[in-house]
Amino acid sequence: MSTTKQFMFVNRKAPYGTIYAWEALEVVLIAAAFEQDVSLAFLDDGVYQLKKGHQTKGIEVKAFEKTWGALEDYDVTKLYVDSESLAERGLTADDLAIPVEVLSRAEIGKLMEEQDVVLSF
Amino acid sequence: MKFAILVNEGPYTHQASDTAYQFTNAVLAKGHEVFRVFFYHDGVNNATRLTTPPQDDRNIVNRWSKLAEEHNLDMVVCVAAAQRRGIVDDGEMKRNGKDATNLAPGFRISGLGQLIEAGIQADRLVVFGD
Repeated sequence: MSTTKQFMFVNRKAPYGTIYAWEALEVVLIAAAFEQDVSLAFLDDGVYQLKKGHQTKGIEVKAFEKTWGALEDYDVTKLYVDSESLAERGLTADDLAIPVEVLSRAEIGKLMEEQDVVLSF
Repeated sequence: MKFAILVNEGPYTHQASDTAYQFTNAVLAKGHEVFRVFFYHDGVNNATRLTTPPQDDRNIVNRWSKLAEEHNLDMVVCVAAAQRRGIVDDGEMKRNGKDATNLAPGFRISGLGQLIEAGIQADRLVVFGD
């Protein structure tokens, strides 16, 4: 199984309230462990996953922010954020916990078109 | 064409499981290959044999089991998602000290690597979810 494909993981949901974001990250790390060409796109409420300063003690779930370090450990560095989604929520790249590439919706669409596999969570 | 299917939602609550089944059925009827059906998130709940819908309703779990038997389908349930939601086979029962199993026929529990492999091997990985 030495084939390398381009896997894009599309994160569209808020970090808490549902488990999608958390379980999506688990797949991302496995794909990276399989040495696939992995990228992440954050759209819609998915941009909240990246926001700085999550305080999750009150809802008794693990905070997302601390897990981003794992991406670096697995050499996952292609992180794309939809600029329109940020703007719609009053956010800028300065509000985010990790360095990302902010792209227009059209540019992210173009990247999606180049992928072999797009997994949307 | 070689397809792989990802089911991310549980039975009855969400249409995704029904549509995934119907799509898989249609793909096979057209003579295509289905490399694997992978169940993730609440999709793992499609694999409990304890499901008992009303008699005049479709039995989503049995329907998957039957399809797997007829077409020798590889239906894989994510182990981490299954553990969270109480989907248990013999191995998991022993490993985690549980007192019962509930995995329906035709399903097997394995890791997320099986999903990535499906993405690599298939021409198309089709996702059914919210």
